[in-house]
Amino acid sequence: MAFLGYFLRRLSLVIPTLLGVTIITFTLTYVLPGNPAVVKAGPLVSPEVVKELEKAMGLDQPAWVQYGRYISGVLHGDLGQSASTGRPVLEDFKQRLPATLELTLASLLIALVLGIPLGVQSAVHRDTAIDHLGRIVGVAGVAMPTFWTGLLSLYVFFYLLGVAPPPLGRLGAGIAPPQAITGLYVPDSLLTGNWTALGSALHQLMLPALTLGLSVMAPIARMVRSTMLEILESDYIKAAWAAGIPPRRVIYGDALANAMIPLITILGIVFGFLMAGNAVVESVFAWPGIGNYAITSLMTKDSGPIQSFVLFVALLYVMVNFVIDILYGLIDPRIRLE
Amino acid sequence: MAGLSPSPPPLPVVPLAPASAALRLVWLRLRRNWLSAAALALIVLMMLAAALAGWVAPYEPDATDADAALQAPSLHHWLGTDIYGRDLLSRIIYAARVDLAVAFGATALALAIGSSIGVAAGLYRGIVDLVIMRCVDSIMAFPAFILAMAITAALGNSVGNVLIAIALTQIPNYLRLIRGEIFRIREMEYADAARVVGNPAWRIMFIHLLPNALPPIIVQGTLAMGYALLTMAALSFIGLGIQPPQSEWGSMTAEGAQFIVTGEWWLFLFPGLAIVLMVLSFNLIGDNLRDFLDPRMRGVR
Repeated sequence: MAFLGYFLRRLSLVIPTLLGVTIITFTLTYVLPGNPAVVKAGPLVSPEVVKELEKAMGLDQPAWVQYGRYISGVLHGDLGQSASTGRPVLEDFKQRLPATLELTLASLLIALVLGIPLGVQSAVHRDTAIDHLGRIVGVAGVAMPTFWTGLLSLYVFFYLLGVAPPPLGRLGAGIAPPQAITGLYVPDSLLTGNWTALGSALHQLMLPALTLGLSVMAPIARMVRSTMLEILESDYIKAAWAAGIPPRRVIYGDALANAMIPLITILGIVFGFLMAGNAVVESVFAWPGIGNYAITSLMTKDSGPIQSFVLFVALLYVMVNFVIDILYGLIDPRIRLE
Repeated sequence: MAGLSPSPPPLPVVPLAPASAALRLVWLRLRRNWLSAAALALIVLMMLAAALAGWVAPYEPDATDADAALQAPSLHHWLGTDIYGRDLLSRIIYAARVDLAVAFGATALALAIGSSIGVAAGLYRGIVDLVIMRCVDSIMAFPAFILAMAITAALGNSVGNVLIAIALTQIPNYLRLIRGEIFRIREMEYADAARVVGNPAWRIMFIHLLPNALPPIIVQGTLAMGYALLTMAALSFIGLGIQPPQSEWGSMTAEGAQFIVTGEWWLFLFPGLAIVLMVLSFNLIGDNLRDFLDPRMRGVR
């Protein structure tokens, strides 16, 4: 029962947040200097035509009426039209979402696979070379803009060494995408046994995923390190040492399992970093995801996709944090009674 | 009553560490201070260069020279030239004006607004606090950079709007910090004492409580400078805020990105390096300030 109460308490916090989020995105759309009617009509029409369009689009009605329509549109999956592609924003989104998802997941995987062992080793070998390395990675990781590290990696691995492909999307030139199952090229080509597509997809994914992954590795390593330091001092770990259990099992089994709990809480923050970094990294590597789509729309002053992107990211972010809260409550019963 | 003891409690006796370990500790401490001294020097140097750009920069930032286009770093052009023959070093120095001004401006604005609202939330509590905190939750539901991007896009493409956007995304941090500090401090004995003597609420807040909430705010402000610089650069990298020929580190990096395929590495490398060095410096100083101002954090890192 305690868990149900916790769940409902968390849920009651999410609803006003969602309301606030939509009010903010609506306000941003509403105060936008580029009048949607003017943008839609084009530059060569008379003011009367613009007035007509404004009326047709409901732009002459009070803000709260427009907000109501905005919400009902969002709930029905209507995110408006893109002026530059001429298609519904939702369609464009659906088409580009798998690319973003694949990049985000690959980056998260890299960050976890590198960040967790780095954090563990820094804690176990405190104040040794590996700990210093971890600290340098942490300090440098948060100070380097991702667009810059992305360009640096392109210069070194594409231009100088020639081991990376040109930054032109998800597959090399002339390679057909694998049969769509998940929409993510790596699992799809694995499932269909399409090795050419797999190799090309991994090759293309390499640099953007490393760039983004390394940028979010620092908070993960730092969190794991500080938690592990605490846990390694605890009685049950001392008991495990005393019992003669092999070090590897004590550290990676007993200790790390408990260090995972606080790690879950920062995954929300990490996800926020990933979404923000995504947009920039996608634009550096011409990755055909939704972040790149939004940034391209910025250049053409196409407000529909930008504001929908922001709304989408915020909704996703709220959802992810809610799920993390719930997970945390499931794993650690003490949290439910706060 | 601990506060009434006539003499300070005796200092704890620290067991003498072996000489080598003690030496190491001193060295570590020195090295860290040396690092922040270097960081501080770097920031002061950059600010001076920005302020005195007219004297310091070897060339005019917008002066084109067709004969000197795309030159690699040399004695004439320390950091090379771009496709118009403009001197990169001069452009980076002039860019510091925009970058540092926006970062300072946005941080100061966010600090002022965030602290005021935070004090209000801490002072009135109840329904005021509840409404304020729900608004904060909504703002924090956006990844900061994405929100800054959306605000700049909505307000219009200008440097001033970038400043406002960065400030708006930073307000919740100060607000929460101040509110938490006020909640913590107002329960302390000296706050009670100030109340009992008959001070009005606002006086307790601004004379007694706020000064004690300042240290974490200063630390947060220093660290936020790094964030502001990064956000500013990323926004102009994707084409927001800066209009050519104005130079700015992020937009310079974006211009340089086009020359990676032809191997003109200095064009993207140096403006980015300027960002990294400045952000690194502010972060190092912020970390050190935290260690210095907050005794609870000492020895943690």
